[in-house]
Amino acid sequence: MNATFPFSEYLVTAVFALAAGTTIAGALIAVMTTRIIRSVGGLMITCLGLAGLYYFLHSPFLALMEILIYVGAVCITIVFGVMLSEPDEPAEPRRLTRTLRSAAAALVAVLVGLGLAYLSLQGPWPTAAAGAAPADGSVAAIGRALLTTYSLPFELISIVLLLAILGALVIARGGRHRAEPEAGPARRPAAVSNPGTTPQIEPAGADPVPELVTTDSR
Amino acid sequence: MNLLELHQQPGVYLVLAAFLMGAGIYGFLRRRTLIGMLISGEIIFAAASLNLMVMNRFFAPDPAVGQVFVLFIMGLAAAEVAIALSIIIAVYRNYRSIGSRELTGLKG
Repeated sequence: MNATFPFSEYLVTAVFALAAGTTIAGALIAVMTTRIIRSVGGLMITCLGLAGLYYFLHSPFLALMEILIYVGAVCITIVFGVMLSEPDEPAEPRRLTRTLRSAAAALVAVLVGLGLAYLSLQGPWPTAAAGAAPADGSVAAIGRALLTTYSLPFELISIVLLLAILGALVIARGGRHRAEPEAGPARRPAAVSNPGTTPQIEPAGADPVPELVTTDSR
Repeated sequence: MNLLELHQQPGVYLVLAAFLMGAGIYGFLRRRTLIGMLISGEIIFAAASLNLMVMNRFFAPDPAVGQVFVLFIMGLAAAEVAIALSIIIAVYRNYRSIGSRELTGLKG
């Protein structure tokens, strides 16, 4: 960017500010909203901003992977989870308790964030290696490192992913037949907190049950 | 600190990672459903990944190690999300709710 394009430094700074602002705004959206689906959207925005930051950190491959894995896979999976459950938070009966809890959580978070920021700004980092490292974030270097130096973790993480697939299948299938549907309402003492959803659950739960429970002993 | 070289200062990225960490902790403490806590955990993962990338870019002699580490973090996060969502769906089938307050029963 040595003046081949007019105002290229300003453009670079503007794009960096855009990436950082996107990350901050997405994180704030993800943790401040009450609807969970908006929170998932905030997580997507955060990951887009993080991809921009990774690009500025000389690793375009990781920027691509961030978008591909987080926005394309993780957030979509969470959206499926949101669709399959009822994730909106029940209204807490006492407002004072909720405000106190939010204030306490904000206090802890601000303390941790400020402490980490202070430590990372005051830390005696070895700045000698700042310009020494060549900016080699190429895919070839990563692939060589993955297949030579880090081949054992590479294989281990493939086993972890395989086990995660199998475990997710087993866990999600295991609870399909509802053993005691009549114990459902009795087990729900907090149904007073969301009274609007209670009458819809019983017919919705009773309809798909017959073809699912046919294998049951009932 | 020159404002035009903001993207080459490690402090900016480190403060950003600290902010992400704080936001994730706030969401993790404030959310009362399991999916909300999962999303906040993902933001904490993102903070850790960003921190590792900054350390790799500015302070590490080997430029590939941080990227490999972040790739592993991404793989583990994907596996964790799959497992956590299947657990959440199983919990929702049993309890008809995924509020963290109502998960009180143990079996066994």
